[in-house]
Amino acid sequence: MLMFKTQSEMETKEIAIKLAEMLHPGDVITLDGDLGAGKTTFTKGLAEGLEIKRTVNSPTYTIIKEYEGRIPLYHMDVYRLEGSEEDIGFDEYFEGEGVTVVEWSLFIESYLPVNRLMISIEKVDEQQRSITINPKGDRYEQISKELKE
Amino acid sequence: MKKTNEIILAIETSCDETAVAVIQGGNKILSNVVATQMEIHQKFGGVVPEVASRHHMEQITLVMEQALEEAKVTMEQIDAVAVTKGPGLVGALLVGVNAAKAIAFAHQKPLIAVHHIAGHIYANRFQAEFDFPLLSLVVSGGHSELIVMDEHGSYDIIGETRDDAAGEAYDKVAKALKLPYPGGPQIDRLAQQGEDTYNFPRAWLQDSYDFSFSGLKTAVINQLHKLRQKDQTIDQENIAASFQSSVMEVLVEKTYQAATAYEVKQLIVAGGVSANKELRERMEEKFKDSSIQVMIPPLYLCTDNAAMIGAAASIQYHQEDFADLSLNANPGFML
Repeated sequence: MLMFKTQSEMETKEIAIKLAEMLHPGDVITLDGDLGAGKTTFTKGLAEGLEIKRTVNSPTYTIIKEYEGRIPLYHMDVYRLEGSEEDIGFDEYFEGEGVTVVEWSLFIESYLPVNRLMISIEKVDEQQRSITINPKGDRYEQISKELKE
Repeated sequence: MKKTNEIILAIETSCDETAVAVIQGGNKILSNVVATQMEIHQKFGGVVPEVASRHHMEQITLVMEQALEEAKVTMEQIDAVAVTKGPGLVGALLVGVNAAKAIAFAHQKPLIAVHHIAGHIYANRFQAEFDFPLLSLVVSGGHSELIVMDEHGSYDIIGETRDDAAGEAYDKVAKALKLPYPGGPQIDRLAQQGEDTYNFPRAWLQDSYDFSFSGLKTAVINQLHKLRQKDQTIDQENIAASFQSSVMEVLVEKTYQAATAYEVKQLIVAGGVSANKELRERMEEKFKDSSIQVMIPPLYLCTDNAAMIGAAASIQYHQEDFADLSLNANPGFML
């Protein structure tokens, strides 16, 4: 487990950019945090690190948005799948050619791969955030280690 | 195959409405049937994707039969079958796409794949012919975009939301105010009775036509928390009016700036939020003294329907932009 304290939106984004540089196709990240904690900011950082040119915005309505970059990014918000057993082809994303970021992942717990990078962002005050990175599996342990340096 | 007064059977199932329409020549509605699932989803406080797909499946054949019957046409008279390919909920889209493919194959008709947002824009073609260049403001649950069109079928996105769509902010604020689903019309109604007293932030994002509604949503929610913590009464009308005022001011002002900068002849307002009373009034007021023609579709064409898909498909029919039977739903389809 790895923890960062960031003092600004910019710092939160920088961690995401650094993380993006280590990502490979097929990587899965779960991203949790309250409204306004900075999940979108973090995802924008990942997108920047993956050299995605388009604006990354909320996927809440369509559940999934796909972006082209150095590696494609699949951005999911599965909030609306609460209490539903619907499998919208998750495996095709998790095992696909891109990096998948899942917000509100608890609602699709049974579909998530065992190995994944679990990130949670907590709001300490208006500016300060506490970012916890919890790796599951060797590959993500390695990423976590590199991120620490 | 091409003819001028073609008849298109159009299907739309991207979210919670099962809709089929029969459109002639791109701007004449022969029938427009919409089976809404609103009541079903009200119970859940929002659209449940799995439930939506199941109801589409139950409804699609019936709605299609009714649309043909009301239009007084048979499948033999239909020149093409059009369907929404995306964006939307994948399970919901698939029902429409598969129905369209089956019927196109069975009757040997060409198939047309339509972008949902192109449909919302083309809903305005039932009112008046397009005059290019035109600017379209598309505002709905999943979209907040400014699109410039130089000709039919060409879309240049000059601004979009950097976080939440306008309609999404409406739904989230409505939820925080504990209003029933769908939240947009409820907030609009309350706002008419209140005043802008809270002065919530306006995200202008200098030198850009982009939008941002996430900060505003957070500001409203924080304000509600504060009031609840202090046990103060929440004036729902004033909260709604203040929130709506912030959204509208930004939408109208940015649209006006873009319309002027791009020297457009028409402004088209499209998408579910174009049903909002205040948006209609403010937009008309803002463009009152300008030479730009403002077009806002009648209410029944603002929300999801298949007539608009038929109108957009008509352009593709004449451009011979057809799909084959390998057509698949694309939840993230780009305009």
